Amino acid sequence: MWKFIPLVLFFGLLGFLARGLDLDPSELPSPLIDKPAPQFQLQSLYDASEHSPESFAGDVWLFNVWASWCRACVTEHPVLEQLKQIDGLTMVGLNHKDVLDDGRSWLNRFGNPFDTVLFDQQGGTGINWGVYGVPETFIMDKKGVVRYKHIGPISEKDFKTILVPLIKQLQAEQA
Amino acid sequence: MVNPYRKTIIKPSILQLFAVLCVLLGLALNAQSAETVLKFENEGHAALYLRLTQEFRCLKCQNQNLAGSNADLAQDLRNEIYQAVVSGQGREEISDYLVARYGDFVLYRPPVKKITYLLWFGPFVLLLFAIIGGWRLISSKPAFTAAEPSEALEAARRRLNE
Repeated sequence: MWKFIPLVLFFGLLGFLARGLDLDPSELPSPLIDKPAPQFQLQSLYDASEHSPESFAGDVWLFNVWASWCRACVTEHPVLEQLKQIDGLTMVGLNHKDVLDDGRSWLNRFGNPFDTVLFDQQGGTGINWGVYGVPETFIMDKKGVVRYKHIGPISEKDFKTILVPLIKQLQAEQA
Repeated sequence: MVNPYRKTIIKPSILQLFAVLCVLLGLALNAQSAETVLKFENEGHAALYLRLTQEFRCLKCQNQNLAGSNADLAQDLRNEIYQAVVSGQGREEISDYLVARYGDFVLYRPPVKKITYLLWFGPFVLLLFAIIGGWRLISSKPAFTAAEPSEALEAARRRLNE
């Protein structure tokens, strides 16, 4: 009986290591999940209008943190364009720690997938949302509760297998 | 024509060059440290700031603490901590603030809770296994016993005695 213990330990270790191969250490669980969206009061990148999370209440909304200096954001951009096509999803962009003109010209160059673009020059809102690797994407339900966070660029696969079903599910929920 | 500056031209010796280098290096180090001078009202605040920036992890560069990282995010968080310390917030408050935003991972010392039980107590469980295993190994019958000398040995000894 006792001689099987090393074997069991070995396969246990193997299991842990195999699982570890699949995990990305830069993707950390967010403490914001299932909490109300952190507060902000920010100006639009384009005009003097001010917005807060309450501005989007009642709808499922996506909050994408991006910057013109962020290369992965370019990779992610086509997926955002696809997300824009989803009916009833409010797309909110946060231009994080950027220069006003750089942010605007980035959107001119690649196209603006957002319904509202907010400008977070100092990065304070980014800190409140626990942003540490741009791009980051949050999805809020109709009550304004954070339901999902994605760190790094959203891939085509993430879009199809995670985001689309999740958004459908959240849209079906009662406000 | 006589150059009026002629006399003042020096041929630098190695030693002089070395001296100049030392001065330049000193200036460079000075310039670097001047960037990070922070003003605190009292020693306690300064100590708290130092302690906190060493206690929190930079999430962008996960194997560095906030004090040791030059990442943009680390600078911002150092600044947040500085503002909080200067405004009189304590360690708990600042720690809660960061954990609420970035999660437990921001702490180098993970809190003891359900999800970290394995992390905290796993090594002790392994140690327990090792002790049990070791104890069994020692208390089980040894493979070689120094009991009766074998017949061949006896025969050899007899021959030597003859």
